[in-house]
Amino acid sequence: MGRKLLTEHINVEGINTFEVYRKHGGYRSVEKALKTMTPDEVTEEVKKSGLRGRGGAGFPAGMKWGFLAKPEGVPRYLVCNADESEPGTFKDRQLMTKLPHLLIEGMITGSYALGARTSYIYIRGELLYVLRILEKAIAEAYAAGFLGENILGSGYSLDLHVHPGAGAYICGEETALLESLEGKRGNPRNKPPFPAVQGLYARPTVVNNVETIAAVPVIVNEGGDEYAKIGIGKSTGTKLISACGHLNKPGIYEIELGLPVEEFIYSDEYCGGIWKGRELKAVVAGGSSVPILPKELILKTAAGENRLMSYESLSDGGFVTGTMLGSGGFIAMDETTCIVKNTWNYSRFYHHESCGQCSPCREGTGWLEKVLHRLEHGHGSMHDIDLIVSVAKQIEGNTICPLGEAAAWPVAAAVRHFRHEFEWHVNHPKEATAPGAVYRGAAVLA
Amino acid sequence: MAKITFDGIEVEVPDGTTILNAARQIGGGIVPPAMCYYTPLKGSGGKCRACLVKVSAGSAKDPRPMPKLVASCITTVQDGMVVENTINEQVMDVRKGIVEMLLINHPLDCPVCDQAGECSLQDFAFEHGLSTTRYEEERRTFEKIDIGPLIQLHMTRCILCYRCVYVADQLTPERVHGVLGRGDASEIGTYIENIIDNDFSGNVIDVCPVGALTDKTFRFKQRVWFTKPVNAHRDCETDKCNGHVTLWYKGKDVLRVTARKDEYGEVKEWICNTCRFDKKETADWTLEGPAHINRASVIAQNHYELPVVNPQVIADLPESTVRELEQNPPLRLGGLNN
Repeated sequence: MGRKLLTEHINVEGINTFEVYRKHGGYRSVEKALKTMTPDEVTEEVKKSGLRGRGGAGFPAGMKWGFLAKPEGVPRYLVCNADESEPGTFKDRQLMTKLPHLLIEGMITGSYALGARTSYIYIRGELLYVLRILEKAIAEAYAAGFLGENILGSGYSLDLHVHPGAGAYICGEETALLESLEGKRGNPRNKPPFPAVQGLYARPTVVNNVETIAAVPVIVNEGGDEYAKIGIGKSTGTKLISACGHLNKPGIYEIELGLPVEEFIYSDEYCGGIWKGRELKAVVAGGSSVPILPKELILKTAAGENRLMSYESLSDGGFVTGTMLGSGGFIAMDETTCIVKNTWNYSRFYHHESCGQCSPCREGTGWLEKVLHRLEHGHGSMHDIDLIVSVAKQIEGNTICPLGEAAAWPVAAAVRHFRHEFEWHVNHPKEATAPGAVYRGAAVLA
Repeated sequence: MAKITFDGIEVEVPDGTTILNAARQIGGGIVPPAMCYYTPLKGSGGKCRACLVKVSAGSAKDPRPMPKLVASCITTVQDGMVVENTINEQVMDVRKGIVEMLLINHPLDCPVCDQAGECSLQDFAFEHGLSTTRYEEERRTFEKIDIGPLIQLHMTRCILCYRCVYVADQLTPERVHGVLGRGDASEIGTYIENIIDNDFSGNVIDVCPVGALTDKTFRFKQRVWFTKPVNAHRDCETDKCNGHVTLWYKGKDVLRVTARKDEYGEVKEWICNTCRFDKKETADWTLEGPAHINRASVIAQNHYELPVVNPQVIADLPESTVRELEQNPPLRLGGLNN
């Protein structure tokens, strides 16, 4: 059983209230940071911990904090990205529902480190009930003197606000999130300037994922060096994995990074194997936007080594035989899954969620969806298979924000590894569109 | 000042200049196309991705190449930057892809479109696009909305460059239109049907790169290439309008009035609606003489000017480039003047 750093007390009765949370060691990091550490020392601990952004990109959090511009007399902001909406990812919701004070504690400690006097939690609009939980918890923290003026007599003051989005996936992109927070249409901004220089209200801003911020109290309490000992290589600490799909025990698991994928899927401690005694067919390891991998490649790398749940191991082999840890949205598909239909479903999502600002993504996502719809329903041609690869390539890398890539990668990877299945849909449209029909040929591994 | 190398040509420009504007100072066929960027409109650019270029060296200090293609209209130059545009195959490939993306949902109704002949999308497609399409699906259409008696909105032709939104933000006291919806369903609209009407609203017609916003008083009157542009001015009473315009004549009649544009189609002086829509008699105006005809304009009718590289801004042309320029002037429009 791996160590639980974030979710140790998640099942304690009443842990969402201030009193119970405090009894279980809550808000210790705030006391420690405000009373015994300078802001730079807190940042230094986060740097030492090797904590990487948990929202998907995996950028070192300490380095991001270090980039924050600190001009005199200009306010700075810490913004928590709680706009979790990647298909397959549902870890932040659970964390905020059960442990709202952990996030608030992280926000206070983080804001102190960055010198922010006002901080925001931007939460997905659909999670209205979580917003209420957070607001209640924030009120408790204010009442206990952990928020507001002169926190714990340290002279440091912080105001924390929760702001709901309106249900757009694109507002999870950090600059679109800032636009939305400012009350504008949630279109991603052109970069540079990066938020570290010109973010919210054109002030220096750090945007971090919920889970990243929730890891800060642990790092401050235990020390960055201690935190860095957990995990493997440059993937330090623990990660919440939201496992879903055809698993015996889907759910949210906190794992130590470096856990073998095979153990994660098959051991009873975690997902308990594939449901109904079926075979695993493919896995999308980090939320719908990362490349899909067939069973053979998700369990072992191309070189034959065990694939581990870590940033490095999952991306071993690049986008030819590898994928990404992403946001930790682990989607397992059994042998009865139609990859074409699944790819079409993902494309439909990205088509619906494209903001429409830049041309390759606005037009390309719709095009992909239409061609995949045709392929799935038995009206496609061989030419269409090459067409979607070509369109995906035309989108990838040419857009303002990463949504373009998120839409292109799953399509390119599906065709790369499951080309035979696409061809089967073209060559045998009747069989392919029959209810319950599924292609059972081998996947392409390289 | 920053010295950059653009397609092998060195040029020195003030700090803070964008790559696109540095290229425009050189001039000629190496200038990247721009469908959404508009110099007078603050904040425009970066959306159409037509001007993507390869930065093969970031700066003298940090000569690493930039990993992705960058939008030249919003990326500022750094001293020692090396940029590749027409000489880079990847850039030209991507540009072809952008043309394709912009055209898949465009109605291609040029024969009945008032913008035809002075349309940026036509020029862009002509210079960089393919003559066929791989798109078999039905094209996107929109419910028609009426935005008043002066301006016609054709949403199906729109490429969502946002220029008209910036015009309304920056020129007029109150913006009543904007982009509604998301993805390929986004559209220019007023939400609750509303008239876009104020002294400077007509400028949305001039900035529109395609035929999405056209002049209702000129609608279907004449193909633009049959009209003759003449520069003229009048003492305009409207605040902030100094009445410098181009009149478009057919015979003795003034068919339409527009602002004056430079060779990249950019308006330098905004004009008011009185000048644009109400003053259509020669007697209203003091004529200055024929307007300069843009090289890309159909009015030039086989007398295409070749774009000229501006020799003053170029520090040292490599000998091979000089030879190349002498033998092959920078741009030949589809071989029409061969």
